[in-house]
Amino acid sequence: MANTPEDNRYARSHEYVHVEGDIGTIGITEYAQKELGDVVFVELPQVGAQLEMGDELGSIESVKAVSELFAPVGGEVVEVNEALADKPELVNTDPWGDGWMVRIKLADPTEVDELMSAEEYEEFVQKESGK
Amino acid sequence: MADAPLKKTPLNQVEKDLGGKMVDFGGWELPVQFTGILDEHEAVRTKAGLFDVSHMGEVTVKGRQALDLLQKSTCNDVSKLDDGRAQYNGLLYPTAGFVDDILIYRNGSEDYFVVVNASNTDKDYEWLAKSAKGMDVEVKNVSADYAQLALQGPESERILQPMTDVKLGPMKYYRFAHGKVDGVPALVSRTGYTGEDGFEIYVAPKEGPRIMRKLLDAGAKACGLGARDTLRLEAKMALYGNDIDDSTTPLEADLGWIVKLEKGDFVGRDVLEREKNEGLKRKLVGFEMIDRGIARHGYRIVDGKDEIGVVTSGTHSPTLKKAIGLAYLPLDKSAQGSEFTVLIRGKETRARVVPTPFYKRAK
Repeated sequence: MANTPEDNRYARSHEYVHVEGDIGTIGITEYAQKELGDVVFVELPQVGAQLEMGDELGSIESVKAVSELFAPVGGEVVEVNEALADKPELVNTDPWGDGWMVRIKLADPTEVDELMSAEEYEEFVQKESGK
Repeated sequence: MADAPLKKTPLNQVEKDLGGKMVDFGGWELPVQFTGILDEHEAVRTKAGLFDVSHMGEVTVKGRQALDLLQKSTCNDVSKLDDGRAQYNGLLYPTAGFVDDILIYRNGSEDYFVVVNASNTDKDYEWLAKSAKGMDVEVKNVSADYAQLALQGPESERILQPMTDVKLGPMKYYRFAHGKVDGVPALVSRTGYTGEDGFEIYVAPKEGPRIMRKLLDAGAKACGLGARDTLRLEAKMALYGNDIDDSTTPLEADLGWIVKLEKGDFVGRDVLEREKNEGLKRKLVGFEMIDRGIARHGYRIVDGKDEIGVVTSGTHSPTLKKAIGLAYLPLDKSAQGSEFTVLIRGKETRARVVPTPFYKRAK
């Protein structure tokens, strides 16, 4: 858990958002990808979709299960990671980087403050995994 | 149930030491994966993988009427077995629904070894014991006496042979022998649940951890339940509780090859005979997805507003690199090439009936 980037914010459903200006880049955490196992398909919204914080953003199919992806912040989808269509495994190999999923133009930048910091997220995961 | 402690196989500690990701599987603590489902799957298809299947149940059926009991309780013809042969079979209710799908090993004409699904062990034992009332036969649940390892993949024989006095080369599919593995008594059968060549090894529980380590050291890759499921599904081997259960008959489940009506009377025979004469209403078929997505166990198949079937198993096939599955469909919609609609989280998604098995190894 040592590698949770400090410049991201984290949702309890294990998505992160990395904010630059009014654009948030969203993906799932290292812990989440490990829990899911091999990701084989990522279903993402269309560019232009309007989402509110907590809305279902898409789904992630791993070999063993499907998991829903929730929007950690609200706004308009401005970009989706097209590379995941051919290489869904990027979610496993580089969740913080090339495995990102969507970029959202934040509707309300203060929503980010409701999310956890890296330190808070690490504590949260430790409690959740019971280790 | 949530409070009941999970049962552990004799290999539990080895699996934890190896970094297995442990899960609750029908009350047993077992590894779902070690390094990852995809590479464990590939290891079995190309080299060799090792599975702990000690949770499986074992029941012995012995005595003068052992064959009579098995013949009346199952749909396949147990009289076709010789010593040293194993058979896939269905233990049936009077409705012809499955009590369980089982393997029967014949040690002798009055001595059979029955391998059953873990979660069905008590039910199967009780069903057989009840069916045996008044007969000259003894049914015993001996599940606690065995650790069971499944060594699967094209390199299995090469890996196992140096550790056993059983001659593996001449051993054909679904044959077995008693001998020694790593110096201790074992039953070795050329069987498995992956669609690949391989062996299942039954030994005393205390011998299991050492033998598991040695097989891993000799080149087998530790594999978990996740890969076991993708492998068996590619080979279209039924999973009890998913594809078959007490509400499905062997004919509906496309297991007609284990239904031997001509063997004489058995429990459920009249239902199967009627199904054969009057035709089935539904049938288990293989499908692949046309649209993107994975249709999984329990997803509904619809025709307009009508629900016409259900997906019983579905996954991403690591070998074929596409989404596959099994589903019950009405007979008139079950022909190869037929297309149907499955609801994936409410979304109408197209799929097509395809020939099975999805994967067949080159001989």
